[in-house]
Amino acid sequence: MGRYIVRRLLQAIPLLLIISIAIFLLLQSSGDPLATMGGRRTVRPEDRARLARQLGLDKPVYMQYFYWLAGNDWVKLDINGDGISETTGTRKGVLRGDFGTSLVSRGKSALSLIGERLPNTLILMIPAEIIMLFCALSIGIYSALRQYTWVDQVVTTGSFIGYSMPIFFIALASMYLFAVNFRKWGLPYLPTVGMFDPKVGKTFGQVMLHMVLPIFSMSVVSVSAYSRYVRSQMLEVNNQDYIRTAHAKGLTERQVLIGHALKNAAIPIVTLVGIEIPFLLGGAVVTETIFGWPGMGRLFIDHLTRSDTPVVMGILMLISVAVVVCQLITDIVYAWLDPRIRYS
Amino acid sequence: MAIPIPENHPAAIARIEKTQLTFLQLVWLRFKRHKMALAGIISLILLAFFAIVGTAFTTEAYSNVTDTSIRLMPPSQEHPFGTDTVGRDILSRTIYGGQISLMIGLVAMAVEVVVGVLIGAIAGYYGGIIDSLLMRFTEAMFNIPQIPLLLVLGKLLADKVPPLNLFGREFSGSVVVIIAVIGLTSWMGLARIVRANFLSLKEREFVTAALCIGTRNGPIIFGHILPNTMAPIIVSATLGVANAIINEAYVSFLGVGVMPPTATWGNMLNGAYQYIESAPWLWIFPGLLIVLTVLSINFIGDGLRDALDPHSLVGSE
Repeated sequence: MGRYIVRRLLQAIPLLLIISIAIFLLLQSSGDPLATMGGRRTVRPEDRARLARQLGLDKPVYMQYFYWLAGNDWVKLDINGDGISETTGTRKGVLRGDFGTSLVSRGKSALSLIGERLPNTLILMIPAEIIMLFCALSIGIYSALRQYTWVDQVVTTGSFIGYSMPIFFIALASMYLFAVNFRKWGLPYLPTVGMFDPKVGKTFGQVMLHMVLPIFSMSVVSVSAYSRYVRSQMLEVNNQDYIRTAHAKGLTERQVLIGHALKNAAIPIVTLVGIEIPFLLGGAVVTETIFGWPGMGRLFIDHLTRSDTPVVMGILMLISVAVVVCQLITDIVYAWLDPRIRYS
Repeated sequence: MAIPIPENHPAAIARIEKTQLTFLQLVWLRFKRHKMALAGIISLILLAFFAIVGTAFTTEAYSNVTDTSIRLMPPSQEHPFGTDTVGRDILSRTIYGGQISLMIGLVAMAVEVVVGVLIGAIAGYYGGIIDSLLMRFTEAMFNIPQIPLLLVLGKLLADKVPPLNLFGREFSGSVVVIIAVIGLTSWMGLARIVRANFLSLKEREFVTAALCIGTRNGPIIFGHILPNTMAPIIVSATLGVANAIINEAYVSFLGVGVMPPTATWGNMLNGAYQYIESAPWLWIFPGLLIVLTVLSINFIGDGLRDALDPHSLVGSE
């Protein structure tokens, strides 16, 4: 098993390299970060040349990528434009944990910007994922155990509709109902935008209150999708011989359900969760934008629209690494859930 | 040449009974049982009707007229769906936007199917090094989350394609960009399905037979194997239309997709969340249309999945 993990991680290295090259090329040709640097004024040509030189944007793309990857503290650079390379570079490169300095928030490193936003996203996403899994498992199992009853019919149709819903529609509709109209009707209403009320401050209760609507919106879609899987898996597993055997040897309904049926039905669900978790890390761009949640998703879209390559690269590489790690964890969990699966 | 079987032979009777229904009739018979799928077809026809027949009552120029003196007007006799932040009529924008949204869904699906089928078929049929290279590429594409990738690509190409004229209408070049970008980032699932089917089908006797009579690889792939794996392709193409419409809406919603003045249901929602309290009609109408379309398509896809499944039984109620 240990060797398997090492091999998988080694295999991931070329994959990550290719992804990073592809994204870097796309980003470098996707816009002009200097265009927005002068604020409202247009940047003068000589300032533009000077800025490009200082930020290293005058180099050919493959050199820029190489500096991004391996740093430039071992070469002399011509920063002041007099044709003599005399200043030593300061960047350490991604391989040594330096993702570069943000082009938009000057003076801040890409990593520190990500570090500021990541906790906000995690505060939102971890409870969301737990709630989603809990709801999806209970709904899916319940409706599988009562197949073809009216409860099952309602759940199946409801989850199909929920799963077809674009998240922005649920977000806007729930905001309209629970925040706007509840206030109009004099009912207790939920806050719409942000992480906390600036008048009250960032207290636990405030953050909790502001989390309700975003989590609800994300859950509707994900719970619907998950519970459909749980239901069909449980139905399939319930027809297996080992379930009958488990019943026959006198185990309680509960033991059969949890220990035998669910454990076997869990494999595709683990796959789904394993795919979803890394993307949660990247934040839900749409949800965070609508609810004004200061997380990774908004960091991404804000800095992408201003061509801030270091930050955008940082976020995308973080997600890619998370995808690799989660896939590996998923495969290890498979082996635990189903002892027939062996890795060598 | 089939060997003639005596007419009263059981095999002949069985064949006659089977051939009473063509494959399509069989599929339709099974599809009809799926009530929600039928409802989906009807509502999709109505939606297409809305987007096409609506053009008889308003012009595209009218849908792009801005008049800030009537901005954010609630629904009224004159503007049944209200007006937007610059005073454009929302009803006529949903009509013209609907055409673009539906077209993006269909064409992006076509791109997705072409790329997915080609990559899956080549990987599955040839196997070996070609297979592993293509599959590594597919995995790499899977590893990049689709929405951020769409945003990056959409931004990269946004102003690189000039506006173009089709069917006498002016389209913003970003429409083409979005179609290409959505198609090129959503073929991976389909490629995997097609590859898996090719892997098993290429070992079958009819392929060996075709090889023996000297059929070339191209005709074998597209003439012999591909028709046998149409069912999953049709299902995922159907669902692909819904996904493309949702993705276009996401990207345009975030302001990176189709650029105004060309309307789509997605870009009509851009910025609407800021008026959630004062002008809910900004998002309710385009939002509902997206939901209806996606839901109808998904129901149709679900019905097709059951209807095309060879294991599902005919007429067993």
